[in-house]
Amino acid sequence: MHLIPSLLQAVVEPLPVSTGIFVVFSLLKLIVIFTIYMVGIAYSTFAERRISAWIQDRHGPNRVGPWGLFQVLADGVKNFMKEETYPGEANTVLFVLAPALAFVPAMITWAVIPFAAPWGSPWGRIDMVVADLPVGFLFTLAISSLGVYGLTLAGWASNNKYALLGGLRASAQMISYEIALGMATVCVLLVSGNAHLTEIIQQQSTSGWNVLILSVACFIFLVASFAETNRVPFDLPEAEAELIAGYHTEYSAMKFSMFPISEYANMITAGAMISTLFFGGWDIPFTHWDNIPPYTGLKVLATFGMFAAKVMFFMFFFIWIRWTLPRFRYDQLMSLGWKFMLPSALAYVTVVASTILGLDAAGIARGSWAYLGIMLALNLVLVVLMFFVLDRGRIISPASSRLNRRQVNQLKAVAPALSDLSGKGV
Amino acid sequence: MITNEFYPLFYTFNFYVFALLALMSSLFFVTRKSPVSAALWLVSTMFALAVLYVMLDAEFIGIMQILVYAGAIMVVFLFVVMLLNLGQPSEFSDIRKNGPRLVAGFLGILLTAELLTLAWSPLDARLLVTTVPPSVATAGAGGIIGPVAGPLFTEYLLAFELTSVLLLVAIIGAVVLAKKRS
Repeated sequence: MHLIPSLLQAVVEPLPVSTGIFVVFSLLKLIVIFTIYMVGIAYSTFAERRISAWIQDRHGPNRVGPWGLFQVLADGVKNFMKEETYPGEANTVLFVLAPALAFVPAMITWAVIPFAAPWGSPWGRIDMVVADLPVGFLFTLAISSLGVYGLTLAGWASNNKYALLGGLRASAQMISYEIALGMATVCVLLVSGNAHLTEIIQQQSTSGWNVLILSVACFIFLVASFAETNRVPFDLPEAEAELIAGYHTEYSAMKFSMFPISEYANMITAGAMISTLFFGGWDIPFTHWDNIPPYTGLKVLATFGMFAAKVMFFMFFFIWIRWTLPRFRYDQLMSLGWKFMLPSALAYVTVVASTILGLDAAGIARGSWAYLGIMLALNLVLVVLMFFVLDRGRIISPASSRLNRRQVNQLKAVAPALSDLSGKGV
Repeated sequence: MITNEFYPLFYTFNFYVFALLALMSSLFFVTRKSPVSAALWLVSTMFALAVLYVMLDAEFIGIMQILVYAGAIMVVFLFVVMLLNLGQPSEFSDIRKNGPRLVAGFLGILLTAELLTLAWSPLDARLLVTTVPPSVATAGAGGIIGPVAGPLFTEYLLAFELTSVLLLVAIIGAVVLAKKRS
């Protein structure tokens, strides 16, 4: 863990590549990323079904092909063959446009995410990112804020009150959690001093992953990602007990299928963003082998494997949470977002900013052992405060808030059969 | 980043594509009867403008255009339009009398004349700032955001803080309006 300034320089300023090579490799990267991404989305649906089956102790889809691997193809064919229905009095243009609007933003974000170490090819340096934008980080925020249009318009264009309610819930929820998400990422900008995703990864590979020195921001980002992707416990927009199917009530066949697809696409993108911002992106931990030239093809493959492993872990995490936690109530969702996530993210930004300012004033270099140690200790204290002192079944987990002794006694007075409640969760 | 000779053609082509898109979208924006489609055409205009900013090497402004306008303000706007379910265009027109319409038309003609005069004047006369301020020229740190952030928090700090007061007023107004009347 030490700074390698010359290495940083090498990554920031790529060697000139001729236009032809640039275009050819850009096209190649586009095709490869698009293919892997689409196959990944398709198999996420399969993974969800198999993992949910595993968690619930049943078999899951295992009939089509070996281990059920061709289930995805069968689902695709089924969705394409189904009848497309259009509700009467619906706004047809927006009704057709909405599924695409839900999916496209998740895909565009991949344009700026670096997915492997650069490749020192015989034709010059090839960066393993489709568009190496200097404001890549802000680009991801801007594009992810557009995902809400698809769901809102789907709800509105369907001309159905349940769909409209789902769409309104989706937009209210995504706007609320987007603020906490943005606030959490401010800390990453403070630490890295840049909005260039390539440089954020370089900074993490030389001075430790951000999850260690920005643990609370990582936690807030993770929770807000669940809300942004409309996953359980925040899947209020499609709460089937209240809204039939929410914003996609009126959709059928492939247009319906685009909504689950966009949900998985958003999950993969969210996983990639968490990996990039907090878990070092394509950086392989405990070694500098992947961070120094020469950048061979083997390094590209190894770092890509590392990145894919991180994204897949977060996919598993998303699925795992879905089959573990119940859904929030709507008021709980809003109070969690506005009364807990946003204030704590703001407070954390203040604490991190003043700490960094103090360390800079004290002359402790960024990335030095002392700097990392102090940041790590600070985060440990804050995490302990957050999870064990602030939250006693009241703030973070209002859905699972336990009864206090007075409430238990009241219950026992009403129903003596509940006497086995005593002692539990008090 | 890459050396090539196709840039002028590439820029010209993209400029005309996105400039036309911006003009077309803004025309649709003012002529649509349905408030939801009007709002969506405005989003399209924002995107075309963002592309034009990026082509001027002002990536930060371009991204902010999308993040703030298309991503936040227009979503809230759309949200309100849907909630209120405004249907009759004549009911929510800002200007319903002939007097204000004449004033608005006059102002529009004035603005168009101003723009055309500017477009036909020589290039040097069009530049409002002829020399780059020293704070912009020296702001090296912070990548592409530094040159924007530097002057904003030093030279133009007062204007920046006044803008934040404006936002605070808007927030207080929203809270007062949303407060339950007992």
